[in-house]
Amino acid sequence: MADYAGRLPVATPESKPYWDGLKEHKLMLPTCDDCGPHFYPRPFCPMPDCFNWDIKWTQASGKGKVHTFVISHQPIPPYNSEDNAPPYVIAVIELEEGPRMMSNLIIDDPYQTTVDMDVEIVFDDVTDEVTLPKFKPV
Amino acid sequence: MDQIRHKVAIVGAAETDDLGQLPHMSRLALHAQAAKNALDDAGISLGDVDGLLCAGAIPNEVAEYLGIQPRYIDGTSVGGCSFMIHVRHAVAAIMAGYCDVALVTHGESGRSGVDAPRGGSASSPGGQYEAPFAIGGAPTTFSIPVLRHFHEYGTTKEHLAHIAAATRAWANLNPMAMMGSHRRAPERGGGPITPQDVLNSRMICYPFNLLDCCVVADGGGALVLVSEERAKDYAKDPVYVLGAGEAAAHWMVSQMRDHTTADGYRIAGEAAYKSAGLGPQDIDHCMFYDAFTFTPLMAAEDLGFVPKGEGGPFFAETKTGPDGEVIYKSGPGGDFPMNTNGGGLSYCHTGMYGMFAIIESVRQLRGECGDRQVPDVNVSMAHGPGGMFASAGTLILANA
Repeated sequence: MADYAGRLPVATPESKPYWDGLKEHKLMLPTCDDCGPHFYPRPFCPMPDCFNWDIKWTQASGKGKVHTFVISHQPIPPYNSEDNAPPYVIAVIELEEGPRMMSNLIIDDPYQTTVDMDVEIVFDDVTDEVTLPKFKPV
Repeated sequence: MDQIRHKVAIVGAAETDDLGQLPHMSRLALHAQAAKNALDDAGISLGDVDGLLCAGAIPNEVAEYLGIQPRYIDGTSVGGCSFMIHVRHAVAAIMAGYCDVALVTHGESGRSGVDAPRGGSASSPGGQYEAPFAIGGAPTTFSIPVLRHFHEYGTTKEHLAHIAAATRAWANLNPMAMMGSHRRAPERGGGPITPQDVLNSRMICYPFNLLDCCVVADGGGALVLVSEERAKDYAKDPVYVLGAGEAAAHWMVSQMRDHTTADGYRIAGEAAYKSAGLGPQDIDHCMFYDAFTFTPLMAAEDLGFVPKGEGGPFFAETKTGPDGEVIYKSGPGGDFPMNTNGGGLSYCHTGMYGMFAIIESVRQLRGECGDRQVPDVNVSMAHGPGGMFASAGTLILANA
């Protein structure tokens, strides 16, 4: 795992609870009492008529749907080795709770991916420090 | 809103001497050469420039490099449509008296990478929430909305392929176009292509094959703007700004509100129509930024040229010419002349292509386009996105 080739995120103070949650295999979303959860993490509710700075972290179910996707044939790390070669799926997942996030879909044949396919989260511990939220078909 | 109509004109417009592979030129040298060519086109000296607008460079970098000290600057750098936005801002600046002669410059070593800054912070939203999923530049991100559009409206890859073929047909009439017959031999992929050629080309990132993607090039372009009162004092016929709009809708493509509609296109387009007092039916010629085949389809829909979801069949409509040749909807001889320079797909794409779209609008309005001149162009629209449908800029330009 130490030689993970992909690009790694670096948390900010505001996003640390999100990345810490993933490390514990929990998908935590910043949540406004009035408007519900949002993505990506910000220390306030990004609804222009709300802009509430009282945010709580709530755990998402990890279930969602493929909102849209592409199948990349580019050898972009970490999909640049013999055992992890393109093509691979980059998808926008619509979580059951509403927000959308980019991820990868773990699927044997990328061309079996469909829009609105049901998926659930897979916690990919890519290094000792970083866990990426990925998804697989249900 | 209509107070900007016909108050400011573009009096100079030009690219760098060449476009394509220019490893002997840096980013700033491309800015400077484009500036020289646009100023020469207008017959204005550099010393008269007192407003400077640029993207992909801090205005101070370009000002210092050129040796000028402008009293108005704008470094709006939001991707390919930055230059449409610059024109809009230059109109306001000239009307306000902030400057008299505005120079807009673009230079980008997009292919050779000579002083081409790359990559963002791993702590930025993009670094945290998109980059870790192996996105690799525009082909893997600009493609993200497409399959949702296919799903909602039945748009197909065959539809998109017609846009590539039509745009190549224009490139074949433009001696400057990188993939046109003048510059590139058929065995190296130049010259005419069919929709089937597009579908048969190498897969880059489904749903985009190679020929759905723009070329990658070095180059630059520049514009010179002055007030309407002074516009007739210069070498070429003025091209007036009738309307303009801009918008910032999102930044990361995953956060696009609706992947089948570019909110920025609609906001910028509405402002442009309102300020010009015109609608889509009044536009004779369109330059719709085409980083990929899908990009102009979204523009045609969101700017009101075709109802939402009907862009695919619209662009795939063909007719047969007098010699039995296929005439594409947006190609030479078609009913919807679009991207007549050969587009980002087949003419040139440096990374921030919007400048070249504006230059072609100016040339069509002046009637300078030779073999590719569209008859009776009096009103042209130049429109583009910045980032992945993230920002937008729209210009409505006219020759009277």
